Amino acid sequence: MSAIIYALAVLMPFLLIGLGWAYLRGSRFTRRRIINYVSLGCSVLAMIFGVFWLVWILWETLRLGLGGLALSTLTQMTPPPNETGGLANAIFGSFVMVVLATFVGTPIGVMAGVYLAEYSSKSWFVASTTRFVNDILLSAPSIVIGLFVYALAVKKFHTFSAIAGVLALALLVIPVVIRTTEDMLRLVPAAQREAAYALGAPKWKVILQVTLRAARAGVITGILLAVARITGETAPLLFTALNNQFWSTDLGAPMANLPVTIFKFAMSPYENWQQLAWAGVFLITLAVLFLNIVARWIARERQ
Amino acid sequence: MTPPSSSARHAPAIWGDFVFALLAWGAAGLTLLLLAGILITLLIGAWPAIDKYGLGFLARSVWDPGQEDFGALAMMYGTLATSFIALLIAVPVSFGIALFLTELSPTWLKRPLGTTIELLAAVPSIVYGMWGLLVFGPILATYVQQPLQNLFGDTPGLSALVSGPPVGIGILSAGIILAIMVIPFISAVMRDVFEITPAMLKESAYGLGSTTWEVVWKVVLPYTKAGVIGGIMLGLGRALGETMAVTFVIGNMSQLDTPSLFAAANSITSVLANEFAESGGGLHEAALLYLGLVLFFITFVVLACSRYLLYKLGQREGSGS
Repeated sequence: MSAIIYALAVLMPFLLIGLGWAYLRGSRFTRRRIINYVSLGCSVLAMIFGVFWLVWILWETLRLGLGGLALSTLTQMTPPPNETGGLANAIFGSFVMVVLATFVGTPIGVMAGVYLAEYSSKSWFVASTTRFVNDILLSAPSIVIGLFVYALAVKKFHTFSAIAGVLALALLVIPVVIRTTEDMLRLVPAAQREAAYALGAPKWKVILQVTLRAARAGVITGILLAVARITGETAPLLFTALNNQFWSTDLGAPMANLPVTIFKFAMSPYENWQQLAWAGVFLITLAVLFLNIVARWIARERQ
Repeated sequence: MTPPSSSARHAPAIWGDFVFALLAWGAAGLTLLLLAGILITLLIGAWPAIDKYGLGFLARSVWDPGQEDFGALAMMYGTLATSFIALLIAVPVSFGIALFLTELSPTWLKRPLGTTIELLAAVPSIVYGMWGLLVFGPILATYVQQPLQNLFGDTPGLSALVSGPPVGIGILSAGIILAIMVIPFISAVMRDVFEITPAMLKESAYGLGSTTWEVVWKVVLPYTKAGVIGGIMLGLGRALGETMAVTFVIGNMSQLDTPSLFAAANSITSVLANEFAESGGGLHEAALLYLGLVLFFITFVVLACSRYLLYKLGQREGSGS
């Protein structure tokens, strides 16, 4: 390996000098070809560069994550420094909050998507404003959503709580679902709607039983992508759900969750905490990539 | 939402339609309210700090929770410097990736490579952060910072840029991690807009004897300029608001004493992540919310520009030129 790198390092200057000489002495045609080859070469390098990071990050996550993973990771509670333990309460908390947030956010997102795709023809201004605002919310910093929910829920009730965490995550689900629902509903051919109307079906029935059903796969893809997104979200949970060292099922109290636990453990100097953090990161990455791949697969199946 | 209740199912169709339309309209309205709600709650929460410092807050460089004296300059510097480094790296690389995917890649490779880049966008930021802190940071310190210190240690000007303890955290590592994170976003947009360039334009240029590079640089890029800039702005919006990846590697020290790329610093997002939960009300919390408001405002403007530019390009495509 190092021999190859060394050989490349030695050859590189000669190559560059050769190219430079050809560029200076060559015809206009040669120059254009040299520029072409150099820039296309850079493009290939850029591609390798991009893939290289993904491979490296996944490799380290796999290596260190599997190293920190044991059965006790799934069955025991988060430990104090330098004692053995697991991530059971954090995994449970994350699971509960992600599921609840999905159930809260999805209906709102789907209905807003229905509005944009099916009802917006009469009020162009409202629809385009909503679309614009939704696009902004889609990329807005998630930590600001955390601040908003803090001011809304935590400050009001004077306690960090799982409910606040669920709310923050739900607000992140909504824009993703709105976007995909609208896009998918627009792909449904107008003839299907017209056929249903011709049979005398009211509009809500047409939407629920014809267009939404036709767009089902796409909508599910959107929901899965939204779930994948909130599974790894840390920033909005930092000051809403906070964290909890113990197993808790109380939605009105702080609840343990994987991302915040990972953050706390990874920043600590304790060896066993860092190992657990790697195990946690491995689990989250696995879940997120799995959800993404399933979502892609569903979307492709339907096409 | 709402699978319609059984009574609604049998009620006259007009009622079903009315309720359903109301729900759809309400859900859309909620989105609009959300944006207004975020602005208003942040404004109310930040009011004590706004009242005390006004816009001068942005130009004050102190950040001292002990003395209850706050200013945003150090964090603004951290946020802008890391995002700038990120774009400096990410824009050329993303352009190269988009060029490769649209013009060079063999067809059988297009799909897997595109998917790989898109998956890079799905990896949660906390993974990047932890990897940056525990894997990448030490490597950067050993193989980049120390050689640079040895090289420029005595050169005035440059030595200040590379000074600091070699631990691998600071502005530069945060910028690099951010670059890796925004490359997928920017290159995905660039690839999509490159692909809408009408084949006729490209073929005409090839027919006149252009090289691939000339076609991309002189035909595709001018045609898709608005979309490309929109994609870059989208990446910038992401970089400005990214929290976890930055918090892990930036070092979390609110200071402006050294221009060193390897010195610990703070960004708006990292100071929020670290201090907000413990700020305990009062002026500290208000100042942090003020920072959040500033961040939201900046990203809003950047993302709005991005949307506008992409929309403009989409419109031209729609008009069938």
